[in-house]
Amino acid sequence: MWEKKPVLLLVLATVTILVGTIITMVLPFAWVNTKADRIASVTPYTPLELAGRDVYIREGCNNCHSQTVRPLVAEVLRYGDYSKSGEFVYDRPHLWGSRRMGPDLARIGGKYPDAWHYKHMRDPKSMVPQTNMPAYAFLDRERVDPELTRRKMEVLGFPYTEEQIAALSGKTEMDAIVAYLQKLGTGIPWREAAGSEIVGELKNPFAGNRTAVEAGEELYEKHCAACHGKEREGDIGPELSGLGDLDDAELFRILYNGIPDGGMPAFSKLGSEKTWQLVNYLKEED
Amino acid sequence: MEKPAYDYGIVRSFVVWSMVWGLVTVLVGVLIAFQLCDPALNLPPFLTYGRLRPLHTNAGIFGWGIGSFFALFYFIVQRLCKTPLWSPKLARFQLWFFNATIIAAAVTLLLGYNTSKEYHELEWPLDIMVVILWVIFAVNIIMTIVKRREEQMYISLWYILATIVGVAVLYLVNGAEVPVSLFKSYSAYAGTNDANVQWWFGHNAVAMVLTTPPLAIFYYFLPKSTGVPIYSHRMSIIAFWSLIFMYLWTGAHHLLWTPVPDWVQTLAMAFSVMLIAPSWGSVFNGYLSMQGEWHQMKQNYLVKFLILGITFYGLQTLQGPLQSIRSFSAFIHYTDWVPGHVHMGTMGWVSLVLFAAIYYLTPYMFGRKVYSIGLANLHFWLVLVGQLGYSVSMWIAGVQQAGMWHAMNPDGSLTYTFIETLVEMYPYYWVRAFCGVIYLAGVLVFFYNLYMTARKGEPVDNPALQTN
Repeated sequence: MWEKKPVLLLVLATVTILVGTIITMVLPFAWVNTKADRIASVTPYTPLELAGRDVYIREGCNNCHSQTVRPLVAEVLRYGDYSKSGEFVYDRPHLWGSRRMGPDLARIGGKYPDAWHYKHMRDPKSMVPQTNMPAYAFLDRERVDPELTRRKMEVLGFPYTEEQIAALSGKTEMDAIVAYLQKLGTGIPWREAAGSEIVGELKNPFAGNRTAVEAGEELYEKHCAACHGKEREGDIGPELSGLGDLDDAELFRILYNGIPDGGMPAFSKLGSEKTWQLVNYLKEED
Repeated sequence: MEKPAYDYGIVRSFVVWSMVWGLVTVLVGVLIAFQLCDPALNLPPFLTYGRLRPLHTNAGIFGWGIGSFFALFYFIVQRLCKTPLWSPKLARFQLWFFNATIIAAAVTLLLGYNTSKEYHELEWPLDIMVVILWVIFAVNIIMTIVKRREEQMYISLWYILATIVGVAVLYLVNGAEVPVSLFKSYSAYAGTNDANVQWWFGHNAVAMVLTTPPLAIFYYFLPKSTGVPIYSHRMSIIAFWSLIFMYLWTGAHHLLWTPVPDWVQTLAMAFSVMLIAPSWGSVFNGYLSMQGEWHQMKQNYLVKFLILGITFYGLQTLQGPLQSIRSFSAFIHYTDWVPGHVHMGTMGWVSLVLFAAIYYLTPYMFGRKVYSIGLANLHFWLVLVGQLGYSVSMWIAGVQQAGMWHAMNPDGSLTYTFIETLVEMYPYYWVRAFCGVIYLAGVLVFFYNLYMTARKGEPVDNPALQTN
């Protein structure tokens, strides 16, 4: 019967595809992004951050970087606390991504100091020699348009002040994208909550072990050299000399939990063995 | 009954243009594959991976895919309805509007105007062009079907009609956005809702753009190529309705383990698994139609393309549901396994069926026999090897990548840093890029073969008598 009536077929097909559509796509609107989802500490983007977010969209960063941390052990260890719906209420569009050619960025904010990001965006290989990320040095030459940004803030209904708009003049797109990256994932104070309390006495299992120093040196080159220089001479981070006087346990604590206010990331993901090896290397005087 | 004057000119124009966009797709695909091996091949700001990748997918899905569907649907519909196209003038306009849209899409994507929604990156003025294009096409097809001189509508027409409504609903809903300026807009939805709407669109574009149209084409050209009818009409009916019913539930399987509500994720997973049945309904219908005709795989090059095509469809529709199982998704989602899967669908299933259909059309379009069946066979083997090499290397890469991402030391710390996992991918990225080159070579042979057909092919009086 419907095989003889094209209009009937069209109507039936429409009804058929609408069943699943209504249940899985329309209905969730009643439960998602509602008041119950909101997290008080999650704030809208500032004008500079929003401008940066639009640079991120324009450059298609979402093609390589995801922005959702799944509640899986390895992911939470690697990237931080898993993502919650309420963290995305101001995201139009969402930028969750579908592919990780580079790491997830949902919680990159506050992990590194601004200087790290500027250097990395201008020349990724200078920070991570084996990366396949292209260089985005040209962002230094492009300026943020304050008036366009004002219009964007109005369309999205985000609060802003005239000072913030005025402060945009002279800002580069590089400033904007770094501001955006530093905002990512900071809506909830997860970093403070994640700092692990180390229980019991910290005793260096490798005290006086030469191989541990060598292993530590290798780890240093991989994880620390980009910020503290190849010869520990300092760059983005401070020079690392004269650490010999520092207590083993104190140094371990710093490496393990980082210095959240100083822009040093926590290296607890390395595990205690590797952290001790680093301690041994750092205490070794040249 | 006198023979209606079918319009094959418009079919030919659409085929030629879709092939041009197909070539662009593969060329850009090869380029971005090499960019992943060596970042120095990125030329910022316009030619970076981030801007070229949407160009690659859009040119593939909309230029090559939809362009070919326009051509093939106009061919199929006229013949199945035994009536000429309702409005050849409208179809001409559609052709030029189509090309204008694709060119505008390519230019704006390179300039960085994109909405970031996967497979729906075009900014709002282009979205409007796409909608106009679709309305023109829908009117022409529906009116031709309404005016038909054949009472019964064949399977292919059901799939075509479902495609028309499906794409319309998906595109309009997902495209809802608020403009800021001519080339900047913000999605109408936020956060988790935006993600859910996006993947309802994203996965169902696979249903309504990359499944129902090739099935329409497969159901028409398989019997035409083999000379025997489709095995079961009843099976086609069941497969058709259950396919378009179940697909629309599955989008959230791209969002497993995200903040999307659990019940949506669970429904998406359940329906994805059930989707095996209607998909394999078509696969079996195809295979069973070959009963007693399997020797044609050796003798008839068109059958080779079609049967391998439906085989890849079958593999896709086993792999897809597998990937939508939560535990498996936890492992392979975000890895290179996924592009391996996607490319088996696009380079294997969709493109093999389109190649067969275009070879079949050639005598109608040019009034000539295909220039060289030998070259068509070479084309077949090159794209088959290229595609398999691509997919298999990416599956292995994906499993290794996932294994390294999840590896943990006995003390509970991660074994590898992210960059250590990337370093292990480089050899696979090189393999993929070279397999892309092989596939590209196949596409070039295809081009050459059709060009020579138009130039030097042997004339045919009655195209219907020429099947191979």
